[in-house]
Amino acid sequence: MSIDKDTVAKIANLARIEVSEKELESTVGELNNILDWVEQLSEVDTDGVEAMTSVVEASLPRREDKVTDGGYRDSVLKNAPQAEHGFFAVPKVIE
Amino acid sequence: MSRLYPGATGDWEAVIGLEIHAQVISEAKLFSGAATAFGAEPNTQVSFVCSAQPGMLPVINEECVRQAVRTGLAMGCKINLRSIFDRKNYFYADLPQGYQISQFKDPIVGEGVVTIDLEDGSTKEIGVERLHLEQDAGKSMHDQHPTMTYVDLNRSGVALMEIVSKPDMRTPEEAAAYFKKIRSIVRYAGTCDGNMEQGSMRADVNVSVRRPGEAFGTRTETKNVNSIRYVTQVVESEIRRQIDLIEDGGTVNQETRLFEVATGTTRPMRSKEEAHDYRYFPDPDLLPLEFSQEFVDQLAKEMPELADAKKERFIRDLHITPYNAAVLTAEKENADYFETLLAATVDKTGKPISELGSLVSNWITSDLFGALKKLGKSINESPVSIEHAAELLGLQLDGTISGRIAKDVFDIMLDTGNSPEAIVEEKGLKQVSDTGAIEAMIDEILAENADKVEEYRGGKDKLFGFFVGQVMKKTGGKANPQVVNQLLRPKLDG
Repeated sequence: MSIDKDTVAKIANLARIEVSEKELESTVGELNNILDWVEQLSEVDTDGVEAMTSVVEASLPRREDKVTDGGYRDSVLKNAPQAEHGFFAVPKVIE
Repeated sequence: MSRLYPGATGDWEAVIGLEIHAQVISEAKLFSGAATAFGAEPNTQVSFVCSAQPGMLPVINEECVRQAVRTGLAMGCKINLRSIFDRKNYFYADLPQGYQISQFKDPIVGEGVVTIDLEDGSTKEIGVERLHLEQDAGKSMHDQHPTMTYVDLNRSGVALMEIVSKPDMRTPEEAAAYFKKIRSIVRYAGTCDGNMEQGSMRADVNVSVRRPGEAFGTRTETKNVNSIRYVTQVVESEIRRQIDLIEDGGTVNQETRLFEVATGTTRPMRSKEEAHDYRYFPDPDLLPLEFSQEFVDQLAKEMPELADAKKERFIRDLHITPYNAAVLTAEKENADYFETLLAATVDKTGKPISELGSLVSNWITSDLFGALKKLGKSINESPVSIEHAAELLGLQLDGTISGRIAKDVFDIMLDTGNSPEAIVEEKGLKQVSDTGAIEAMIDEILAENADKVEEYRGGKDKLFGFFVGQVMKKTGGKANPQVVNQLLRPKLDG
């Protein structure tokens, strides 16, 4: 599998990462190298082998249904570029 | 039953499917310990997890898992003992993670079937495709500031169940009935409060049209429809719009649309570029969700009684009519009110429950519902308390007041909120069962109407009612009708 410049530009846009025209070229090469490398794994026959989700025997940890967190609005808003009346304030996004 | 829609070029059939988002009833959010209560000050129920601060990890709330399984069981669905959480990637101001944790390929609940009731009394089976757990997003407010959008993350991370139907509905009525049925199911199961005004339940409505028997047409999806009536309007307007469009030589675009309440129609959402490229992949922060069949069986054993079972029990044990049973069980709060009032009436009168079911159910479905309809109130806003209602029925049962007087007392209760005993006392409405007093009155009336007595004795039986009426009039409706009948007949027959 290999990807072209348009695909990289599209992925960059979806991920909201700015990639300049100049960077695009080299990024295409780098990403294709990674893909080629991962592709080598397909040489191994994995028919009938169940997907492994963890290298150690582990199950999904669970929480009790108790309120144990929240209630610190100032901390939550602290790093926001702009906050007003307890809300995050962002440039108007309206459909 | 398949309904066809006539167009200029022949008949069309509609195909409808619903994706219902139902907010899970839980104290804390799906993956964090922040609270879920509605109506809190903005951003006060937000943890570092639900605001997606770097390094935070999700830990699943086991109650949300149980709630999803309960809902699946209530819909008769297959429960998947292993399911997987995926990331659905998109950017929006009220989605701090940049992705929603959802379930894509392997949902917690699989296929099932629910039965809907239609207005003509028929039923239809609608397939459920799946139910999966996912996070809700925050809330954006666009109208608070001229150039800014305000974002409140209190709802961010709250657990939602997305319930996806099969495309089995063919009419607006079926779509509305299905939405209603799912709402009733989750409310009975205690897994979602079904409160549409607060956004606890909303539907994405998929509609397409086709020539009968042909393959599915291209569908549109109208987002976030939050009332049963709006679902009906969306389906109606989309069917009409799509038929007109195709017959005019156009084609339906597969697109997302918005419902406009003011016009009752839909319009296309300004399509965000590449908005639908969600790039799902398994969330590396979460292992697969696994549980045993014993876990499911235990939840099944603890399930509350659901509407259909309740209806049968009401008919079988309480001897109430199938019609009343259906009316009372369609909405959980009505069934709850009935059972609470029934228990209160048993307490009040000491009579066995099986003797009271019919009276209590009739009183609720006719007197109370009639009054609430006039007042435009729901049963939870009833101006008459359970205690007062039980007192009223008790007064009627022990013969203190007649059925007719009970209706007058109820009207006064609605106006004043006073207890029926106080009203009966104050207005002197106690039924007169004192045979001596009634007998004296009958004698008076017979003497005053000697001519009518002659007529009656001459064979005009119908005049009996006239005499009863005279006695009731004299007592202001308070005479016990049974006693009047018993005393009047021998006197008239002379």
